[in-house]
Amino acid sequence: MNWASWLVWGFAGTVFLTTLMVTGQGFGITRMNIPYMLGTMFSANRDRAKALGVLLHVINGWIFSLVYVAAFHVWGGPTWWKGALIGCVHAAFVLTAGMVSLPGLHPRMAGTTQGPTVVRQLEPPGFLALNYGRNTPIAIVIAHVAFGMILGGFYRPL
Amino acid sequence: MTIEDYALIGDGRSAALVSRAGSLDWLCWPRFDSPPVFGALLDPNGGNWSIAPVAPATVTRRYVDDTNVLETRFTCETGTFVLIDLMTVADEKDKGLIPDHEVLRRVVCERGEVELELSFVPRPDFGRLHTHASADARLGLRWELGARLFTLRSQVPITLDGERARARFRMRAGEAVDFSFTFDEEGPAVLPPLGDHARARIERSIEWWRTWAARAKYDGPHRHEVIRSALAIKLMSFAPSGAIIAAPTTSLPERLGDTRNWDYRFCWLRDASFTARALLSLGYIEDADAFCSWLLHTTRLTRPELDVIYDVYGNKPIAERELANVAGYAGSRPVRVGNAAFHQLQLDMYGEVIDATSQLAYAVGTLDRDTQQLLREFGKYVCGHWQLPDQGIWEPRGRPEHRTHSRLLCWVALDRILDLQRRGLLTRVSADDVARQRAAIRADIEAHAWDPFRKTYVASLGSADLDASVLLMSWYGFHPASSMRMRSTYDRIIEKLGAGPGLIHRKEESLRAGEGAFWLCSFWAVEHLALGGGGLDEARALFEAACRYSNDIGLMSEVVDPTTHALLGNFPQAYTHVGLISAALSLAERARQTLPQEARS
Repeated sequence: MNWASWLVWGFAGTVFLTTLMVTGQGFGITRMNIPYMLGTMFSANRDRAKALGVLLHVINGWIFSLVYVAAFHVWGGPTWWKGALIGCVHAAFVLTAGMVSLPGLHPRMAGTTQGPTVVRQLEPPGFLALNYGRNTPIAIVIAHVAFGMILGGFYRPL
Repeated sequence: MTIEDYALIGDGRSAALVSRAGSLDWLCWPRFDSPPVFGALLDPNGGNWSIAPVAPATVTRRYVDDTNVLETRFTCETGTFVLIDLMTVADEKDKGLIPDHEVLRRVVCERGEVELELSFVPRPDFGRLHTHASADARLGLRWELGARLFTLRSQVPITLDGERARARFRMRAGEAVDFSFTFDEEGPAVLPPLGDHARARIERSIEWWRTWAARAKYDGPHRHEVIRSALAIKLMSFAPSGAIIAAPTTSLPERLGDTRNWDYRFCWLRDASFTARALLSLGYIEDADAFCSWLLHTTRLTRPELDVIYDVYGNKPIAERELANVAGYAGSRPVRVGNAAFHQLQLDMYGEVIDATSQLAYAVGTLDRDTQQLLREFGKYVCGHWQLPDQGIWEPRGRPEHRTHSRLLCWVALDRILDLQRRGLLTRVSADDVARQRAAIRADIEAHAWDPFRKTYVASLGSADLDASVLLMSWYGFHPASSMRMRSTYDRIIEKLGAGPGLIHRKEESLRAGEGAFWLCSFWAVEHLALGGGGLDEARALFEAACRYSNDIGLMSEVVDPTTHALLGNFPQAYTHVGLISAALSLAERARQTLPQEARS
């Protein structure tokens, strides 16, 4: 395990994934805003939530990249296409199990069964996060594949 | 519906027009110059959101005192209900989860029982943009436009029929129903709760507007009209940048059936001087500062040359184009979006921008180094270009002329630069050169814009036409209002351009073309009288006569039809409201001066 390489490329992959998602928002492809969603778990203040969310997102990126790195080690070493494949699986997990269970985990997210309340006002993502725009699954898959490709392509084991 | 049947609501980033019949017929999201979500104002098929009684009703309406929260009261045979319309606003401190934009409509039944009908037809960009509509039992009705989401929620069941939503429901005295229409594009939508929470949002918005209105330091006559005008201007200011748009609509005609229908959802530098005066004199220093900062930031991009029009972020407005297949208000076509006047040469803007900046500098007592440099560059530009013909204040799309008003404002530009230098607020100005150029402009105006036979200043150098804009000579200090030349000019203008009690045409050419009276000119005339061109009573009478044409809730357009008194042109018009405030301030000042010494002290 090369800790320095993991730190650098885990961070770079997260930054690139975030950039792709923000670009997707800017071009009207998706309303999925992962830092905002993470931040609102801890703060109802819109601005503070966004700032906090970016920090949490980077930490999350590092944690997830550890799983990628572990997979590379048991799968005969990193390559860009292995990273892309793991990214695909990661995206599929996020879009299905992750998104469906999010309203239960997020204290400010409305549920599809009870609707918004005074505390829970944030729209839930729904299956495949389709509530955030019909192209959201595509954007998420592309971003995660890119994340995996960066890790697979640049991470170097000792 | 006619233009005067509309009321404006907004949230400092976008605005909507609601008719007396309870129909929201104009709404552009996410900002003023975005394509409309509801465009029935300009086309019966442009989309609208109506909440109205099934039975015939008499209608009265008002803004809740000192706010931009609208109350429309419908009285039917069987009962009475109030429709409260607003776009929710929140204080800076309150940064909780809020949607990007929200129109909140609350119906409160006050008496008896009433049956109401809701029709909701969003048609983004007059149907050019296609939405995907869906209904969710808990999350409400949803219209997706790419990744943008419109959501409609209520306590009453609403049926989705294609892209259109409908509801019919009964209410008894004491009952209330909320309708929340939100827009989100930044992230997952925020779905604000209804019921008590909606009432709390209304109260919070009322409080926000009242706090803002209470900051006005004006206790002179016609306070109600002045505060209403200030509130209307605030609705047309874009909070993120401080820009103020000319009007929140496009293509409302200056003459019914005419082709002169323009998009006013942009910011004209020309309005700067009067706007700065109005905001500063009312005590809205922060708003004036934000406006002037926007003005200077914007102009830095093209310095020292100025474009005529900018969007709310200081960029060029979208290219002008005509929208085919949009019917137009009362058949007045074409409907245009964008404005091609931005590339005209209009030299008067330099005077406006420099005068606005100098007013703020006098108020705060300083000018930063960058702004000083900018003013010097503007001054140099004026010195080198004031002799050019231009399109001037009225922006005709014909050949440029040597316009008196443009010359006047070039004189103002150099005069204010010299004044700032004299007060020590502006350094490194070659005062002798500037003073020489200023004197040359004055000589040019006196020699070529004065008609010695009719004893009046004229529209363009050497022309015979009259133009009400020369009345501003006294406001800008070019001539005392009491001077023989200004008094005589005023008399000629009233004689030739007067259009009935309190109304004045802007120029002879407009009169010949059958245009209506240009409302702002009435307030310029009031200024002239209040500054010494006439008696205080005469000025007051003219002011009151001009105010009488505003609609039942005090909103004003650009033009008034002198025969029918119908309001025409884009609505409401910030410049007209700014003119009203400025005229009221001058009246109040004149009233103070005419008080006996003991009363003044």
